[in-house]
Amino acid sequence: MKISISKIIIFIFIIFSLSVFWLGLKIDNNYDTKSLIGSKISNFHITEINNDNQYISEEDLRKNKYTLINFFASWCAPCRVEHKYLLSLSNQNKKIKIIGINFKDKKINANNFLKDLGNPYNFVGKDTDGKISISFGIYGIPESILVNNELTVIKKIIGPIDQVQFEDVLKIIQ
Amino acid sequence: MLSNIGVALVLLVLILSFLIIYYSSLELKTSSQSIRKNIYQLSLFQITFTVLSFFTLIIGFINSDFSLINVYENSHTAKPLFYKIAGTWGNHEGSLLLWVNILVIFSYLFLIFNHTHNKKFRLYTLVFQNILILGFLFFLLLNSNPFNSIYPVPVEGLGLNPILQDPALAIHPPLLYVGFVGCSIYFSAAMASLLSGYAGKLFAQSIKTWVKISWCFQTLGIIVGSIWAYYELGWGGFWFWDPVENASLLPWFAITALMHSLIVLEKRNTLYSWVIILCLSTFILSVTGTFLVRSGILNSVHTFASDPSRGIYILSFLSLMIFSALIIFFTKYKKENYNFNLKSRETFILANNWFMVFFLVTVLIGMLYPIFLDVLTNVKISVGPPFFNIVIIPLVIPLMFLMAIGPKFSWVKSQNRVFYKILFLILGAIIINLFIFYFFGKYSFLSNLIFIAAIFLILYSLLDIKKIFNKKNKFELPRIISHLSFGFLVFFIGINYQFSLEKDFNLKVGEIKETNNYEINFEEIKIKENKNYKAVIGNFKLTNLKSNLVQYLNPEIRIYSNPETLTYEAAIKTRVTSDLYLTMSNVSRSDYYNIKFQKKPFMIWIWISALMISLGGFMQLILKKNEN
Amino acid sequence: MKIKFFIFIIYFLFLAVLNSNDNKTELSVIYKNLRCLVCQGQSIADSNSDFAATIKLVVQDQVNEGKTKDEIYTFLISKYGEWIVYQPTFSKSNLILWILPYFIFIAGGLFIFFIVRKSKNNKVN
Repeated sequence: MKISISKIIIFIFIIFSLSVFWLGLKIDNNYDTKSLIGSKISNFHITEINNDNQYISEEDLRKNKYTLINFFASWCAPCRVEHKYLLSLSNQNKKIKIIGINFKDKKINANNFLKDLGNPYNFVGKDTDGKISISFGIYGIPESILVNNELTVIKKIIGPIDQVQFEDVLKIIQ
Repeated sequence: MLSNIGVALVLLVLILSFLIIYYSSLELKTSSQSIRKNIYQLSLFQITFTVLSFFTLIIGFINSDFSLINVYENSHTAKPLFYKIAGTWGNHEGSLLLWVNILVIFSYLFLIFNHTHNKKFRLYTLVFQNILILGFLFFLLLNSNPFNSIYPVPVEGLGLNPILQDPALAIHPPLLYVGFVGCSIYFSAAMASLLSGYAGKLFAQSIKTWVKISWCFQTLGIIVGSIWAYYELGWGGFWFWDPVENASLLPWFAITALMHSLIVLEKRNTLYSWVIILCLSTFILSVTGTFLVRSGILNSVHTFASDPSRGIYILSFLSLMIFSALIIFFTKYKKENYNFNLKSRETFILANNWFMVFFLVTVLIGMLYPIFLDVLTNVKISVGPPFFNIVIIPLVIPLMFLMAIGPKFSWVKSQNRVFYKILFLILGAIIINLFIFYFFGKYSFLSNLIFIAAIFLILYSLLDIKKIFNKKNKFELPRIISHLSFGFLVFFIGINYQFSLEKDFNLKVGEIKETNNYEINFEEIKIKENKNYKAVIGNFKLTNLKSNLVQYLNPEIRIYSNPETLTYEAAIKTRVTSDLYLTMSNVSRSDYYNIKFQKKPFMIWIWISALMISLGGFMQLILKKNEN
Repeated sequence: MKIKFFIFIIYFLFLAVLNSNDNKTELSVIYKNLRCLVCQGQSIADSNSDFAATIKLVVQDQVNEGKTKDEIYTFLISKYGEWIVYQPTFSKSNLILWILPYFIFIAGGLFIFFIVRKSKNNKVN
């Protein structure tokens, strides 16, 4: 076989492609919105669940060193599982404030949920039609976002908070 | 018991494959003109045991023998018999056994039907085909064995995915596999041709029938898959440029190009190297498609459950195939002199190949780019229908013009009389298009061109058919039918796309929605308990306000228990002029139901045109047989 | 005179055809281009999921506010990444994706052109 440039190029191309396939098998193919980390949240106006005249927006969150925004619902089973971590975090009141946003739920059910399990939130907002969740890049319940006082997203927790993520958050807010 | 029988049979096939390779290699060195009887006998045993092993698995499914893990994972005693049988190939391990069966069947048929051809060539083909068979047998035995057993034997199976319980989907894999596994035989034949030197016209004649068979079944398999998607998946579409669909399309473009180039190779004894490249590429593309879809590297709406170990094995096998094909091709490649006149049929066939390669490359790039980007830069993007539509559709326009006029050119050189006929028909096509444009609704400039090209192809082909009946020369008929049907396919898809109606809204029971001359009355909800699912059936009264025609549509939400799945069954009323399509799903935690109502013009004609394309291919096979 | 009239008609028809658009509503085009993130390969238009319903509301709001398709896509991409749109963006990183098919098409065409020309030369010789 005569060795020529075109043959070498073809071989290199094939080897390259097969290597990419090989690597492709190893990486994690699942989609998540971890790419949001580093971006800023902005332009939101969240009404309090029991009082339509109360709301929070950007300025309120800038006052906090760290804020954890947690999307939850009374009909969501994993939300009950993660609730204890939220309660634990609520004890760190000086370092972190927790905002709960009640997603596609009824006021009565949400209030009962918090009465039964305890209320870890400094503020409970409502997102009855779900539109607010979209501006936070949420696509499932529960999901939580940790932001700093510049409103930059530092951590995204998709699904219920577990022990590992809870300790991560504790480390960050020290 | 069945497990042991199955494994024993597969092992026998394995041993036979080794023996065939051994004896064929020995036979290559002898000088006799014909192949020893024992190779024929070994092949006969091989095909017998392979088919028996497949029947063993089928019996396992029919009897709901849950001692076989494969049956346990994919079947259930409550499944209707037809779907129990179809469950055999509706899963990864079973379909792999089907794959081996087709490899062996084609190996045997090629051996016995080609005795007029060169002995060395046939033996090499047998050797390479059996190497492929060994590769898949090792994969089956080591990684994906349908005969693995489980003890203690479970009492009930995990059930088959309810979406797969559909007649179209039951026959879709066997049809498709004859296509893209069938092309293995001309991969092996191409390797054999390079090594034995048996080239040119005679080589073309040896693989011609197999290329046509795989083309017909591949086309049919793809169409049946789309029909299933339309009737079962409930979104009203039939093609989503989904990785699994694309994986079946890649070999199709290659086989179409090959089928056309073979005509040139046979008639004018040229384009041999290009034909070899296409033969090698087709099966490589099939295995690449299988890799992409079964390894979990891509996600799709209808992948098999994925497993990384499969991916590693298939990738290794694919790499070996590609490298051996490349090395043998480069070693044996001889430069050819081409002798093409611009206005000749050969050039038009080259043009067909040019377009087919473009479409193939586009689909391949669209599938692979997200993988490359993710691996190299960790960025995830989607490449979906808009990409493929934007890049591919405009080029279908010149393709259709070429499809119409290309076959009219004679071999070597043509005269200019065709020119005025072309002009006249283009004008006719433009007029018909403008008629549609003004009386039925406006559409974009590009769409105008698509309609004009499609109508041109249709008119030209119809004139050709008229000529055939005048001259009583039937052998062009299959080709004209396929080309004509392609024109109709594009035309009807165009009309369907432009003039279909899609409405998405929420309704409560008892409410009425009026939209676009239709009144949709959500009369009631009924619950029905079936053998293996519970159905929530919506009763909708549709009134066409223009014609006062009343129809009832009953979409369903089905709740299956084994496995626990929710499916949405569309209510479809198929009529000659259009389909009415209604789906219903409930909005969580609310009394509302989300309703999607579609009116799709000429849907049934899309299926008919597509099936006619395949029919043209089958006609050609049968007509040629009668000629001989 | 007749020819001029004929050409005028053609030109007029041509202009009308050139300026018209396909019959798809803005909303349905957008829904078909967005991926349902919680489904296995379905668009927002085809999906029955909760997430799809919410996205539809947000898109409807933005369309009513007068936002263009591209603005809506940019907004959703900023929240969910490029994964959410089915049509790849025309950015630098996607340049290869869009250009390579046409590049190969042109290369193929040139290849055939040279073959035909070469055989003409061979014939002449």
